[in-house]
Amino acid sequence: MRRWLLPLSLIALLLGLWQLACSSGAIADALDLESFLVPSPAEVASSLWDNRGLLAENAWVTLREMLLGIVAALVVGVGFAVLMHRWRVLRDAAYPLIVASQTIPIVVISPILVVWFGYGIAPKVLIVALICFFPITVNALDGLRSVDPEAVKMMRSLDASRWQRFRRVEAPAALPSLFTGIKIAVVVAPIGAVFAEWSGSSSGLGHLIQSDTAYYLVARQFATVVVLSALALALIGLTALAERRVVTWR
Amino acid sequence: MKPELGGTRTVESPPPRRQAPADAISLRGVSHSYADLQTLAGIDLGVPAHGVLGLVGPSGCGKSTLLELICGLREATAGTIEVGGAADPAQRLRRCAFMPQRDLLLPWYSAIDNAALALRNQGMGRREARAAAAGLFERFGLEGFEAVRPDELSGGMRQRVAFLRTLIAGKPALALDEPFASLDAITRAEMQEWLAAALRTDPRTVVLVTHDVEEALYLSDRVAVLSSRPARIVAELPSPAPRAEDRDAAVTDPAFVATREEALRALREGAR
Repeated sequence: MRRWLLPLSLIALLLGLWQLACSSGAIADALDLESFLVPSPAEVASSLWDNRGLLAENAWVTLREMLLGIVAALVVGVGFAVLMHRWRVLRDAAYPLIVASQTIPIVVISPILVVWFGYGIAPKVLIVALICFFPITVNALDGLRSVDPEAVKMMRSLDASRWQRFRRVEAPAALPSLFTGIKIAVVVAPIGAVFAEWSGSSSGLGHLIQSDTAYYLVARQFATVVVLSALALALIGLTALAERRVVTWR
Repeated sequence: MKPELGGTRTVESPPPRRQAPADAISLRGVSHSYADLQTLAGIDLGVPAHGVLGLVGPSGCGKSTLLELICGLREATAGTIEVGGAADPAQRLRRCAFMPQRDLLLPWYSAIDNAALALRNQGMGRREARAAAAGLFERFGLEGFEAVRPDELSGGMRQRVAFLRTLIAGKPALALDEPFASLDAITRAEMQEWLAAALRTDPRTVVLVTHDVEEALYLSDRVAVLSSRPARIVAELPSPAPRAEDRDAAVTDPAFVATREEALRALREGAR
């Protein structure tokens, strides 16, 4: 109860202050702006309602990009982590490269990918996958490496094959760490999706925010941000739920 | 179906019989080094079938390494090790079940699934493996704890499950690495009695590493005292009352106390 009550009261308080500052015109005056450029929470809420069809449509586009990207990163990332865990040479060769790849800002490569793959969903999924790949791979590998070497010896002397050792000891041991990676990936996925849409697209929440800038539809932009963050929160919630179902021993 | 725990479960034909009462485990001139660090220097040891050999020695002297060598988990730098007549590490691995220092029960499996791990690895289905382990749970005082997750078990219970896991593998030789080191004194004494009873009903060839001289003398037929690194054997003492039913009487017996003092003296001298 307290877990929910405290943050909810804080949100209510902040929204109240924001509403007050807007309706009194304090922010608009201070920034010397027209009042429609500084929407109040009530205006954002009504924009959210008025544009529900449009927002839902674009939310679905962005959600699909994120989900496909996360799934792709999960498949490739876990596969890669397993290979690097199995063959040390591969780990020594590829790990520095994977870390180095993180120094390239996603903003920089997303226009290139749009040039290569066009305006469709492919570059978006690819960018989300690229941004999610790192936390998933690194955490999965850390999890696999966290296995107690004594446990491996114990399994060997209990006649476990390489696969059985993986299936019964290494893979379950890596799961909590993998879920940590997925949670990070889910948080960064919307960033990837929005950047990808900004680099060239005709739909999606990121695209909507961008095109609304030209028309000064600030209230709708805020509404879009609310939807985007709600999507991310829902994904985090789902991941946490899945973790509780899968990792039952913690 | 009850598992045949007394017999060997190894696939290959039994090793050829020799004229002399051949030792089930024998080590001749075994040395081992990690890079430049020599841990074992010319170890000669023999354990007869169904015998229990205790290994005591100063911390870090290479006792655990010796166990891993016997089990075929590691290769010796020099010398020969035979388990059931086989010198090849892969063959030794098949004949030995290794119980590591910590219980290392897998938290994602229930107690019974942990105990039945070897059967599952050997290709038995889950239901069958559980049924086979259930009989032993009953026999070894773990009834009612089958479905419990390891973190809900007490320290002594965890060690029992870990030992059953080792026993259930059906191997002729057991390598126990300080099985009760993490337990408090009372639980430890209880567990020693429990293990003694288990080995009376289900005898195996055992090598037991411990830092507790009393534990070694109570559980083993013979105790080998190792020196500090590079470890060699400084004394081999027969135990006056191996796995006696009345532990308290056995360990306070003058002969036992005298042997214990002798072992401690050898241990101190070897540690220099």
